[in-house]
Amino acid sequence: MIRLIDIEKEYDNGTKALKGISLRIDDGEFVFLVGASGSGKSTIIKLMTSEIAPTEGRIMVNGYNLNKITPSQVPYMRRTLGIVFQDFRLIEKKTVYENLAFAMRAVGASNREIRKRVSYVLGLVGLDKKADRYPGEISGGEQQRVAVARALVNNPSMIIADEPTGNLDPQRSLEIMTLLERINEMGTTVLVVTHEKGLVNRFAKRVVTIDNGKMISDETGGYYNGSRE
Amino acid sequence: MVRGNNAKYYFAEGFRSIFTHGFMSFAAVCMIVACLLIMGSFSLVAVNMDSMLGNLEQENEFLAYIDESYTTQQAQALLDDIEGVQNVSSAEFISRDEAMEEFLAGREENELLESLPPEVLRDRFSIRVVDIELMAQTVNLVEGVTGVAKVSAALEIAQGFVMVRNIATGIALVLIGILLFIALFIISNTIKLATFYRREEISIMKMCGATNSFVRWPFVVEGMILGMLGALVAFSMQWGIYQLIQAMMISSDGFMLVTMIPFAAMASKMLMIFCGTGLFIGVVGSLLAIRKFLQV
Repeated sequence: MIRLIDIEKEYDNGTKALKGISLRIDDGEFVFLVGASGSGKSTIIKLMTSEIAPTEGRIMVNGYNLNKITPSQVPYMRRTLGIVFQDFRLIEKKTVYENLAFAMRAVGASNREIRKRVSYVLGLVGLDKKADRYPGEISGGEQQRVAVARALVNNPSMIIADEPTGNLDPQRSLEIMTLLERINEMGTTVLVVTHEKGLVNRFAKRVVTIDNGKMISDETGGYYNGSRE
Repeated sequence: MVRGNNAKYYFAEGFRSIFTHGFMSFAAVCMIVACLLIMGSFSLVAVNMDSMLGNLEQENEFLAYIDESYTTQQAQALLDDIEGVQNVSSAEFISRDEAMEEFLAGREENELLESLPPEVLRDRFSIRVVDIELMAQTVNLVEGVTGVAKVSAALEIAQGFVMVRNIATGIALVLIGILLFIALFIISNTIKLATFYRREEISIMKMCGATNSFVRWPFVVEGMILGMLGALVAFSMQWGIYQLIQAMMISSDGFMLVTMIPFAAMASKMLMIFCGTGLFIGVVGSLLAIRKFLQV
């Protein structure tokens, strides 16, 4: 579960990125966080992953109070999250299998656990046949599926996807979103940050809209008109 | 605590990184070799100087003349009293006759000198000290022994030895400190380059929940391997160079009086110092390099 209470964030250069944001995401939910570029979406993600601290307000992420979290606790908090980036962030010189194994190795998994889990997750995202390929040898859509698999491989309770379809064509974008929906149906909480109104409206999930650092709507089965785009 | 499974990974990654950035690794090892060689050479010069000064110090004796009223037997009996004085390492009795023989030895034959009776000289003790720095105090204590009439000591020479040794040690320490700093700077920058190439990997690891120590260890292992490799190469080269210089010294007339300590006598200590310094440079250098990249 994630709770943001009265969050204010002002960067060192004086930019007020967030103004009084309060948000609660319960376990098992699928939420779209939408808004124009520069509206404050990425700041919210950075706060949730403890990359930055709020100027004011309280944050709880999967049982961790981020206002009081110590640097040594941050890695353990992050293990409860799986992050998917717009630019995939795969390691080019590692195969698909190795990219996933690398993420598991980082949290101290044994070789046996890695073999078992990586094969299972690759099957889940439909890439079991491409385990030995390098990222440069597969399509953009497949690369993003590898990134989703990597986010999933450590069995997090929540997946945060930051503009996961930003670099993909509409067909591949739909595939990724369908994959995330399936993952959500299996019990993992999913938060998708996007400004692609077509996709958001097609899935009819909870939609939280941010505009100029403020939350302007939070509707289940909501709709995003993207008027500011 | 390093888990066995992780230790294997750290070593594999450390080795892999060395070969991935082969040229930089080679440059780092060369730098460590150069720094250790310079440090080692200065240290060896200092050690040899210290040893030579030590030999000269040991030869720096002073004389205690015995009261003329004492017979030779009475004078000889003072040996225990003199050797009992603090900081006295040994005392040798020299009778009047022996002193006269020594006085005449090396002098041109001279009737006037030869006709001198031994009584014009006094019985004496030639005294050596443990610590030359305490020479003045020891001279005072020996002067206080009953039966000792006068003491003759070249205190200025003793103080000169102490000063030369202290200056040599000071210079060597300062140079070693400066070179250590340079070596740290170089290895740190080499590993910083390796971490820069892998910054994407590091940020992914951190986002996946890797702890700082997990991210840090492969780089520390890399630094350790480079440091050790550099140390072993430097040690071998140092040995070879030392032997060469020693052989040149022996065959040269100009340096006949200079006695160098055999390298074999210092080899195990030198190897430990080289490996320890190499490891220190490697580990501290890599820790300094990775510090910035862990703040994600």
